[in-house]
Amino acid sequence: MSPRDAILEAVRRNLPRPAVPLPEIPGSERKGVKHGLGYKEHLTRLPEVPGSTDTGEPLVHYFRRQLEAMGGRSFEVADAAAARAKVAELFPDAKVVCLAVPEVPGTRRIEGVRNPHELNDVDVGVIRSPLGVAEAGAVWVTQTELVVNALGVLSQHLIVLLDPAAVVETMHDAYGRIDLAASPYGVFLAGPSATGDIEGVIIHGAQGARSLTVLLLAPSGVEALAS
Amino acid sequence: MSRPVEPEGRAARFIALEVHESTHDRLVWGMRQHRDKAVAGVPEWEELRELASQIKEHTLTHLDQYLEQFAANATKLGTHFHWARDAAEHNAVVYDILQAHQVKSLIKSKSMLQDECGMTPYLEKRGIEVTESDLGERIQQLSDEPPSHIVVPAIHKLRTDVAALFAEKIGTDPEDSDPHHLAEAMRQNARPRFLAADAGMTGANFAVAETGGFVVCTNEGNADIGAAVPPLHVASIGIEKLIPRARDLGVFIRLLSRSALGSPITQYTSHFHGPRRGGELHVVLVDNTRSDRLGSPDFWHALKCIRCGACMNTCPVYRRGGGLSYGATYSGPIGVILDPGFDLSKYRELPFHSSLCGSCTEVCPVKIDISDQIYKWRRVVAARGLLRLTKRVGMGALGTTLAHPAAFHAAESAGEAALEHLPRFLLYNPLNPWGKHRELPAVPRQTFRQWYLENRGKS
Repeated sequence: MSPRDAILEAVRRNLPRPAVPLPEIPGSERKGVKHGLGYKEHLTRLPEVPGSTDTGEPLVHYFRRQLEAMGGRSFEVADAAAARAKVAELFPDAKVVCLAVPEVPGTRRIEGVRNPHELNDVDVGVIRSPLGVAEAGAVWVTQTELVVNALGVLSQHLIVLLDPAAVVETMHDAYGRIDLAASPYGVFLAGPSATGDIEGVIIHGAQGARSLTVLLLAPSGVEALAS
Repeated sequence: MSRPVEPEGRAARFIALEVHESTHDRLVWGMRQHRDKAVAGVPEWEELRELASQIKEHTLTHLDQYLEQFAANATKLGTHFHWARDAAEHNAVVYDILQAHQVKSLIKSKSMLQDECGMTPYLEKRGIEVTESDLGERIQQLSDEPPSHIVVPAIHKLRTDVAALFAEKIGTDPEDSDPHHLAEAMRQNARPRFLAADAGMTGANFAVAETGGFVVCTNEGNADIGAAVPPLHVASIGIEKLIPRARDLGVFIRLLSRSALGSPITQYTSHFHGPRRGGELHVVLVDNTRSDRLGSPDFWHALKCIRCGACMNTCPVYRRGGGLSYGATYSGPIGVILDPGFDLSKYRELPFHSSLCGSCTEVCPVKIDISDQIYKWRRVVAARGLLRLTKRVGMGALGTTLAHPAAFHAAESAGEAALEHLPRFLLYNPLNPWGKHRELPAVPRQTFRQWYLENRGKS
């Protein structure tokens, strides 16, 4: 018998009984509706809890607060020119700035990179995220945005452009909006690489990016520059 | 029959330096406190736990279907799919893949399953250089020790221990024990290894049947480097890691890191669906006794475990004795109920390495009845005749005494009298571990029964 058949046979023989039905996740079937897990209407009790997923504050504020708690930082930039100025201000000494977005200038375009090893010298990688998650302070990035996935982990510092209107509240909302199988790689980045492996001391830049900066830039700001 | 590991002796060696015990207790309990704070911020926490538990129970009671669905969908995405019945088969499959690609060195991120299979020593014996990419795992690898904690593998080490280790192994200044400097030194040491590696290996936290992909959660991003830089990515996945739907991830991701460290999510939550551009992806799906456990009415719920480590952080025994005292791949309360399933004789002492306080069950994000299972493993150990001699004799005498009220009352009075007059060495001797580090409380004037008969017995 092949290992596959042997395992399936052993599993079938040993399936626990009675079978348990698959629960529905409240609200997850209704995309875009503020209803379900994490929302007031759904809860039987919702005290005023600090850090709660429904504090009534604007989503972007909540996102920025959580991102900061995860060790990241964020800035609101009005247009592409402001984004460029911000990158120059934050990383004046960067020698290699590798770009996966058109909005800011850099020294290298990701489309020209053939081998991930070519990214070892990148000081700052600039990418775009199509989705932010407020409760986690996380941005969603896939191979579509990264082009070469290693840009996200070999860059010493990461800058992520995010449309503030593209922030959702909970992980339930996020999974309701993304199509996992559409890209071979997709990652929620919540701040920079971090470790607490030596006496629990939090250190940023364990193996991946040393810092993660989100620039909140509405698409209208980009269009204004292009026209 | 394997010789039993002796958790008391191991724990005694760990706490011989008092600062180890107190630091470990403080750090691990700190994680529990961070967890509590994070949990307080999610009013629907209990509902999430219940959902997670039901989703896992549903998956496990339909596991054959989900395994087939996962394999079919993964294959459609271009993933090379392998099945392995046990550790030996897993290691052989991995070695075959590596050989076919002429792999000489690989970097791996944390995988409890690969540890369970003894993969690293197996590959090293065959000339493949294996480098752990997680900082804590690398510390443990350089120390030639297994991880002492599922989430923070080197949490039992002081910064000075790490400084001494790095000084010896990677040439850092032995006097510099600043964790920032130590972590930076390892970053500099590891980067060339990442770039030189021919393959990256990972485990998986969740495998999604509906999409054919899997999810790896790390804080360092080391799994992502292993998947993104070398041309070959091999992932080992236990059959219990399956979940049915992509949207189930919302429930588990919200629970996992809050339970582990108190953060809303790990820094990197990475989803792999087929090979990346220019890369090759292999998945090895492993049984290794999991299907046996599935057939055990008492113990199958342990397969729900998502490896968050919350049970370890809250356990009074784990916190004091450290993870290495268990002498097994899995330590803490979850280890106590998993390890005997692999080798009952070897791990027969572990179910007694617990106070049965039940705190583990309370914090478990997928509602595993951990403390009940610890008790049930004690019964299994006793039923197989594997109880230690002192316990067998003591428990036998106690059983007879408790079953006969007259004998009990006689023993009670005799004991009371004896305690007042016995020489110390009879109580505080090596045959009575309870006498170590402890004084017995003062003997009351009368037994409860005597008091009751005197005060309440008349009416």
